[in-house]
Amino acid sequence: MSEASPVKAYALHAGVIAFLFVLSFVLPAYYHGLLARILVLAVFAMGYNMLFGYVGLLSLGHAMFFSVGLYGAGLAVIHLGWSVPLAFLGGIACGAALAVVIGLLALRTTGVAFMIVTMMFAQVFYLVILYFASWTGGDQGMVVPQPARVLTFGATSLDLTDPTVRYMTALVLFSVVLLITLAIVRSRYGRVLVAIRENEERTRMLGYNTFSNKLAAIVVSGAICAASGAAYALLFGYVGSSFASVQYSILPLLWVLLGGAATTLGPLIGTLFMYYVTDVTSAYTSAYLLIVGIALIALVLFFPKGILGSLRQRWLGWLP
Amino acid sequence: MTDKNGFFDLSTTGLTRRTALKGLAAGAGLAVAPGFVRYAQAQSSAPIKIGFQSHRTGIGAAYGRWYEKTTAAAVKAINAAGGINGRQVEVIIEDDGTDPGRGAEMVGKFATQHKTDIVFGTLFSHVVIGSAPAAGENKMPYFVVSEGHHVASTKLNRYVFQPGITDVKSQIQSMAPWIAGNVGKKVTMIYPDFAFGYDHRDYLPPALKAQGADVIAQIAIPPTESSFTKYFPQIPAETEVIYHVMVGPAVLTFVKELGEFYGSNRPQLFGFIDSLEATDINSPGLEFLDGSHFWEGSPRYAQPDDSDAQKAYRAAVGIDDNGAAVGDAKDVSTAAHMFGCWETLYVVKKAMEDAGYKGPEDRAKLVEATEALTAFAEGPEHPQGPKTFNGKIHQCFGIQNISKVEGGKLKVVHKTKIEDGLYEAEGDYTTQAL
Repeated sequence: MSEASPVKAYALHAGVIAFLFVLSFVLPAYYHGLLARILVLAVFAMGYNMLFGYVGLLSLGHAMFFSVGLYGAGLAVIHLGWSVPLAFLGGIACGAALAVVIGLLALRTTGVAFMIVTMMFAQVFYLVILYFASWTGGDQGMVVPQPARVLTFGATSLDLTDPTVRYMTALVLFSVVLLITLAIVRSRYGRVLVAIRENEERTRMLGYNTFSNKLAAIVVSGAICAASGAAYALLFGYVGSSFASVQYSILPLLWVLLGGAATTLGPLIGTLFMYYVTDVTSAYTSAYLLIVGIALIALVLFFPKGILGSLRQRWLGWLP
Repeated sequence: MTDKNGFFDLSTTGLTRRTALKGLAAGAGLAVAPGFVRYAQAQSSAPIKIGFQSHRTGIGAAYGRWYEKTTAAAVKAINAAGGINGRQVEVIIEDDGTDPGRGAEMVGKFATQHKTDIVFGTLFSHVVIGSAPAAGENKMPYFVVSEGHHVASTKLNRYVFQPGITDVKSQIQSMAPWIAGNVGKKVTMIYPDFAFGYDHRDYLPPALKAQGADVIAQIAIPPTESSFTKYFPQIPAETEVIYHVMVGPAVLTFVKELGEFYGSNRPQLFGFIDSLEATDINSPGLEFLDGSHFWEGSPRYAQPDDSDAQKAYRAAVGIDDNGAAVGDAKDVSTAAHMFGCWETLYVVKKAMEDAGYKGPEDRAKLVEATEALTAFAEGPEHPQGPKTFNGKIHQCFGIQNISKVEGGKLKVVHKTKIEDGLYEAEGDYTTQAL
């Protein structure tokens, strides 16, 4: 990375955030609402990318981290009457706590075994949601009441169901997580994670505790994904078990692969791409998933490192 | 022009300054009239747009296909009869993938991109519940055809209605008297271990108790199960009736294994046809169901006493006497549920006419007009039968059919009364702000 790269990198990220801010005022209503949802889910993808992209740990169970945040925040509002900020923090705390437990157990494995173990834990989590249906709403899920989705600061209150408030809240979350991700990957800790991904044995030989570094990465990843889930529950008003299904473990993997693993902005690009391809093609055919599949195959063939990953490889070596 | 009696003498004409100004205003109005008339015509003759949230893909695809056919037939009939408030009806379809997240997105799309007047047609409960917040936030009247109890539970919001199909709590309650009086008083329930099964688990026992019958065992089958034999020894020997509501692709295995377990000496069987919607009752492996009974919302097979309205409805939708698509005997319909699309659209028509609905600015009026409805008479608009409507809980209540499998067909042997399925309201949507 060149001397100028930190400036370029920070300028790019600030520019992306500013661009997303401006978009709020120019987008048509439908795309405005859709982008708010995409920003929240891009946070999910960023959390996934932290583990998959930078540490090289391919999890097939990240739906559990998203949904533990979803349920942690949603159920706290529904059953305990918690305020929005408290519920949001509760959701993140649930995600971090679950990540510690899952990390301690799953990190005893590597490679394919890690994928299977994480998938199994996610399946257990999914079935637990169904089992405690009287609390969770089971497969039908539950609505987070509209009157409870209000952010109060003293005498001021912000209605999270208002499209502008929702978009700006999603943008704040996205921006904070993006900058945290950028700070991590540019830090000494981030370089250790990349070293583990490239050669774990050598990193250990150099004196790093790879287990604790990987565990910390899982916790950060789990907390970010849970933040996304908590925000989803509070901004969109629904908690449901479908978000804990295997489909939602595969989706962040696809978003990250498309956008570019181990790139800070790749998760946003991938999520945007998938959403818009689905949205546009579904207007023409009910076989839109086939077209999405073909697009995915084409991308993997021609951009094996994802969109931003390929750009970085060919032209923009300074991209973080 | 000094002659006071002359043509131009304004003093005697009564033409005042105010009148003259009115005339000028009228003249100015006429000057822009062509444009105005075009606008007025556009407002009054533009089609009423109905957003159809369809399960084209995902687990609900079989239902979604038939819901689309029924909707198309109803809209064709409504338009042929002059439309709604003199305006034609246009249906815009979006696939929700039977997914609650995408369902909510589609409601947003209907509201902000297609700018439909209402959203309509959702079946699967989790999609309804996932989409309801988006409907409330967009103040979009959302007419579902789901049969779930979620609407009547008053846990959703004021914009969600289910006026075309009875909810499952009412259906179960109205089955109990007939079960207790005709097939047995000791009932073992076998149901899927998820929300659809829980409705039956929770509502059937008290309903049977009130009829002097008892649920003696409840066997929940996990949704991931693909073989059921290991659960059958849990069925108590004194069981007189097995009440089964297994749904999904595993139902054929379930019935086959139940048949192998009992042979010819089995208890009575009572089930909900949900398990076998869009499935031929004569499929290999289902022989064991011969002589058993099913709930049906609307009969799949044509019945000897079908009303003219029922016959006309079946012809319009395109189903033959066996409940399959005309010209394709293998394409079995979801007859027990899809009538709800037809009837819901006629409820929407009635409510829009009562509200004098002109456009999205009248959505609140439409909600209030729908809440003011109380009953729907049996006829071409409601071929399944008469219904009452409780505006406080946004739910209708109708008759239910109990059919017996005989000679490879379902023959209706009992029709319940509306009163059999009534229950105390659990809340009141009308107290919520619009």
